[in-house]
Amino acid sequence: MSFVTGLQCRECGQAYPQQPLHVCDICFGPLEIQYDYDGIKKSIGREKIAARERNLWRYRELLPIDGDPRVGLYSGFTPLVRAHRLGAALGVKELYVKDDSVNHPSFSYKDRVVSVAISKAIEFGFDTVSCASTGNLANSVAAHAAKAGLECYVFIPDGLEQGKIIGSAIYGPKTVAIKGNYDDVNRLCSEIGDKYGWAFVNVNLRPYYSEGAKTHGFEVAEQLGWKLPQHIVVASAGGTILPKLAKGFKELVQVGLVEDTGFKIYSAQAAGCAPIIQALHQGTDVVSPVKPHTIASSIAIGNPADGYDVIQAVKESGGWGESVTDEEILEGIKLLARTEGIFTEPAGGTEVAVTQKLIEQGRIPRDQSIVISITGNGYKTLEAVAPSVEKPYTIAATLQNFDELFQALSPRVSVKAVAV
Amino acid sequence: MPVRVRVPTPLRKFTQGADEVNAQGTNVKALVDDLEKNYPGIKERICDETGKVRRFVNVYVNGDDIRFLQNLETSLKEGDSISIVPAIAGGL
Repeated sequence: MSFVTGLQCRECGQAYPQQPLHVCDICFGPLEIQYDYDGIKKSIGREKIAARERNLWRYRELLPIDGDPRVGLYSGFTPLVRAHRLGAALGVKELYVKDDSVNHPSFSYKDRVVSVAISKAIEFGFDTVSCASTGNLANSVAAHAAKAGLECYVFIPDGLEQGKIIGSAIYGPKTVAIKGNYDDVNRLCSEIGDKYGWAFVNVNLRPYYSEGAKTHGFEVAEQLGWKLPQHIVVASAGGTILPKLAKGFKELVQVGLVEDTGFKIYSAQAAGCAPIIQALHQGTDVVSPVKPHTIASSIAIGNPADGYDVIQAVKESGGWGESVTDEEILEGIKLLARTEGIFTEPAGGTEVAVTQKLIEQGRIPRDQSIVISITGNGYKTLEAVAPSVEKPYTIAATLQNFDELFQALSPRVSVKAVAV
Repeated sequence: MPVRVRVPTPLRKFTQGADEVNAQGTNVKALVDDLEKNYPGIKERICDETGKVRRFVNVYVNGDDIRFLQNLETSLKEGDSISIVPAIAGGL
């Protein structure tokens, strides 16, 4: 059933058989799953896919599992929202929001990568799954582990939003908060993974895990009627999703599911943590690490493992990247909520604000198809937006009090303001 | 000036499986040379042909990334703890 032929180092080309190995023994480069694309091309087709369940496994030929999927049977196939009102606000003709804020079961893009990683962990025979996370990944690993009946440890930086901490703890994993930022968590988890032999989804299962990110792009293409978007904007943290979206689009062309009409891909980062954008703007592919200072905690990764690949994928596509301030991120969250009724977390606000900036710069033309990839849900990060939204008007339970409030709020009726 | 070096899995074939070894050096560069002396072949896994630390290798001195310090020139003192760690995916 599987079309996987092995693993190969992206940096030096060394080949390996399938195994839970994440970096090249020779140069520490990341390993990439290799497929038999000719075999896939003969086997896959639009009708075949259309007849399958509406979850991310409908593209299983292009995913690295050998047997039937073990978890994530309801993950993926999130809405591609035609965003007329946001499009009008940004002054563009054809805008879509790919809305992974409603992914099943844990409300972020991470349910894709975790579905693949944990299915693979079960195939490899692991009984404990784990991750280093800025929050969403921990939520997803804990949820999927609970469903699969696996032991689970999740590692997060201390000081995360309550929604993300409780959003893991509720599923019953051992949650470990590390004093420090995500990069500190990463370093420790790399050492813990070595010592304890667990399936760390984003460490020793990384080649399998990151393949799951492609399904976000597969769905965009299918939902556009098997067409590639002309422009797609996505946030970069560690840098997994962007190169995988680009890889996924190229695979669709290679196996004959879409025409090669080209696409441009754009990276979005918070100004308080923009190592990839800085390198891109400086014209270098050497990403120098930074110490993150931003409200966008889910993308506050100062040392992005796949930063180099983000820059390569952006440049190869003819795209670009921008960063925006925390204030612009909050405005982006509110703009998406108030035009499309979608409540995203600061990473999503970053994507909206960066899209706006790229349109204003003329980098993204106003008359072509644009997709904003929304990766996370705002109900998990209420602290970030709480200070910048209106407080409720508290009144007594009388009609007169409401009448007074209504007159005060309504611009058409001139009355003196009432205290509320 | 002995310091402790945590060895990641991909490099343990050079250290006879040891996950931690002692090494000497007044700075990180000298430390890597000392490792090479005792564990031949290890240096080219950490550094590229120009002598710089490879793109996907992170080196930490007492938990701090040497790119925030003085890179290979980062000075070391007795009892320092060095970690060599592959880059890791994550976030969003």
